[in-house]
Amino acid sequence: MAAKFDTPPLNLDHDVPDNPALTPDSMAHSRPFLAKPEHQEPLGFPGTLVDDWHDKAIGKMGELLGKYRSLQVYMDSCVKCGACSDKCHYFLGTGDPKNMPVARQDLMRSVYRKYFTPAGKLFGSFVGARELTQDVLDEWYTYYHQCSQCRRCSVFCPYGIDTAEISMAAREILDHVGMGQKYCNEIITKVHKIGNNLGLPERALADTMEGLEEDTLDDTGHDIKFPVDVEGAEVLLVTPSADFFAEPHVDGLIGYAKVFHQLGISWTVSSEASEAANFGMFIGSYDQMHKIANRIRKAALDLKVKRIVFGECGHAWRVAYSFLNTYAGPWDFLDPRYPVPQHILEVTYGAIKNGGIRLDKDANAGMVLTMHDSCNVARASRMGDFPGGQFVIPREVIKASVPKFVDMAEDTIFEKTFCCGGGGGLLTDDLMEIRVKGAMPRMNALKQVVEQHGVTHMAAICAICKSQFTKVLPYYGMDMNMIVSVHQLVSNAIQLGTNKS
Amino acid sequence: MSAISIAYAALFYLAALVLVVGLVSKIAQYWRTPAPLKIATTPAPMTRTGAAFRVAREVTLFESLFKGEKLLWVLAVLFHAGLLLVVVRHLRYFIADVPTLLVLIQPIGVYAGFAMVAGLAGLLARRFLNPRVRYITNPSDIAMLVLLIAIGVSGLFMKFVLPTDILAVKAFFLGLMRFSIQPLPVHPGLLIHLGLVAALMIVFPFSKLLHAPGVFFSPTRNQADDPRERRHVAPWAAGYDAKRGF
Ligand code: HEM
Ligand code: SF4
Ligand code: SF4
Repeated sequence: MAAKFDTPPLNLDHDVPDNPALTPDSMAHSRPFLAKPEHQEPLGFPGTLVDDWHDKAIGKMGELLGKYRSLQVYMDSCVKCGACSDKCHYFLGTGDPKNMPVARQDLMRSVYRKYFTPAGKLFGSFVGARELTQDVLDEWYTYYHQCSQCRRCSVFCPYGIDTAEISMAAREILDHVGMGQKYCNEIITKVHKIGNNLGLPERALADTMEGLEEDTLDDTGHDIKFPVDVEGAEVLLVTPSADFFAEPHVDGLIGYAKVFHQLGISWTVSSEASEAANFGMFIGSYDQMHKIANRIRKAALDLKVKRIVFGECGHAWRVAYSFLNTYAGPWDFLDPRYPVPQHILEVTYGAIKNGGIRLDKDANAGMVLTMHDSCNVARASRMGDFPGGQFVIPREVIKASVPKFVDMAEDTIFEKTFCCGGGGGLLTDDLMEIRVKGAMPRMNALKQVVEQHGVTHMAAICAICKSQFTKVLPYYGMDMNMIVSVHQLVSNAIQLGTNKS
Repeated sequence: MSAISIAYAALFYLAALVLVVGLVSKIAQYWRTPAPLKIATTPAPMTRTGAAFRVAREVTLFESLFKGEKLLWVLAVLFHAGLLLVVVRHLRYFIADVPTLLVLIQPIGVYAGFAMVAGLAGLLARRFLNPRVRYITNPSDIAMLVLLIAIGVSGLFMKFVLPTDILAVKAFFLGLMRFSIQPLPVHPGLLIHLGLVAALMIVFPFSKLLHAPGVFFSPTRNQADDPRERRHVAPWAAGYDAKRGF
């Protein structure tokens, strides 16, 4: 099992943690489990490291350079200015210089220079070029799995160089030479086989939803539906599978159901697309993202719905908002009056504004909330019809549901939000050390508002963030139950039956 | 005609050729390579015009860098603004009848030379003093700064210490533009200055100086935030719709 490690100390005097002293290779031991052949082969990847990995890797890199402008331009453009170097939560939490975004990019850029540029071929290490050796490949595996693809670095780079793009490309290359990551590839295999990341089969899903219906009836006295595979429903709800049973996620699902109920909107989940997550993004695979995204198109067609609404999930919302039209559009068979897809928070926010639902803050009496902006929502998507709606809308919904709301320090929220530490395919026990250390900047900002403003809870709109915080909060001396879904607050506060039957 | 004049004429033709062909082919490569997905760093402008303004702000104000690190931003502006003014000031060597505006900015150009060298010196110092930047620095990063400093210092040396015959220099470059080789003054400062400038032109398309065209092609900055409104499919991905199998 993983060796013991120290939880990084917090320093509440500083909003953003101080730059750590450089500790080279201090995280060189942190590697996730390799995918087994049974998780590689169904995705079309070789089961184990192939003999001609060198040529295969360089070949794949050349292919990706020709397919992705981001990769090509970002390989060339970095001036090594270092503006990004202290912006990564994994660097701040570990001090390992290879976790500085530019250094992480350089792991690949050095190889790019050697094989794809005249300068690298002629001048080698003078321009930072190096051969692709097995050590280099291992180093890629190690440090490209210490990047949550959160894009915080990209905000501060004068050319917008996005390390996430490079991590994705690296993982795509690694998959193609037989060095996939177990966590991601096993989950993708499950999605294809069963329909969701958790491997929850159709029967179990239907039972769970029935159980929720009964519980909610007991709790509220209202007959609130949790429909599965209902043809002709207005809305197809696509939500992370954690929402079906894990705490605190499931309380959010109950919140969505109450909102739909109160608005009189019929909805359903699909047992074939019972998962909003799309781990194809984490492994940088256009093919996998395409396949996973099209389960949703198929479900929408089969169930003859008119709208698609996504539940609270960060990377899923990125794939939904930014990529779904590309992969699974066009959406001409859906109701053109609604954006495709919509976020559940857009629905709820609209309903609060037009009086469709009423919220009673006293239902959440005693709670003081803050909000964690999930990276993929904050920096890779939008909500509503104005830039920055992804920050405003969830906060407005929270403020309408609870008596008191306080934001964390300015440099740790909105577009500068710090990752929870578990995104990008790192939410696995074999990466616990990097997850805990990477959470430090967020934990620091949270602890500040806990001590200074009496914050009791932090809301998040992402299944990965919620799971990650549940795990790491105790390492920093905080209660794992501090983390809540936004719709859990809505669920508590919503006035059922006040303005509609 | 001295051998030196001929050698420098040849050098500048070569340098100009490498610079133009190299840059054009790099820009063509960036142009041809599609961005298959919408990856603007949000919040982002919702229209293409808005995105063009965002790029313009990156180019003129170094907007993102300003968010990143203030000291670096100051040094970067000193150097780049200085460089821009210095380049503009040098246009007089390539235009027979210098327009009034260009005449008026000549004195500013001298200050700009100092600003440029000061900025570069700061950037160089930073490469040694900041441990994170030192870690990511390759020898070529230092060489690039030293090259630019040497160009600046040799230029200022001619301005303030050992002037050269600038009318002859102008005649030399005007001549090159008509494919006629005029005598170049044999002045050590000048020969060093021009040799280094030619070297800069030659390395430009093969080095990190590609950040100059690169910034215009960065998808995180130049894309509009409109994926729900506009379907975005790269040419190489056009066949994917047919692969759905339903
Ligand atoms: C569109 C035009 C350009 C833009 C927007 C631009 C922007 C930037 C920015 C934001 C930086 C990072 C900050 C810094 O390290 O100074 C940088 C670095 C640099 N730029 Fe430019 N630049 C442009 C053109 C040029 C040109 C034409 C040259 C040289 C002939 C140049 C030379 C450099 C060098 C050498 C560095 C690295 C400085 C260092 O080592 O710290 N740039 N540029
Ligand atoms: S994308 Fe996030 S995790 Fe990856 S290098 Fe950048 S800041 Fe670090
Ligand atoms: S901020 Fe951008 S250009 Fe500067 S070192 Fe980081 S990736 Fe390179």
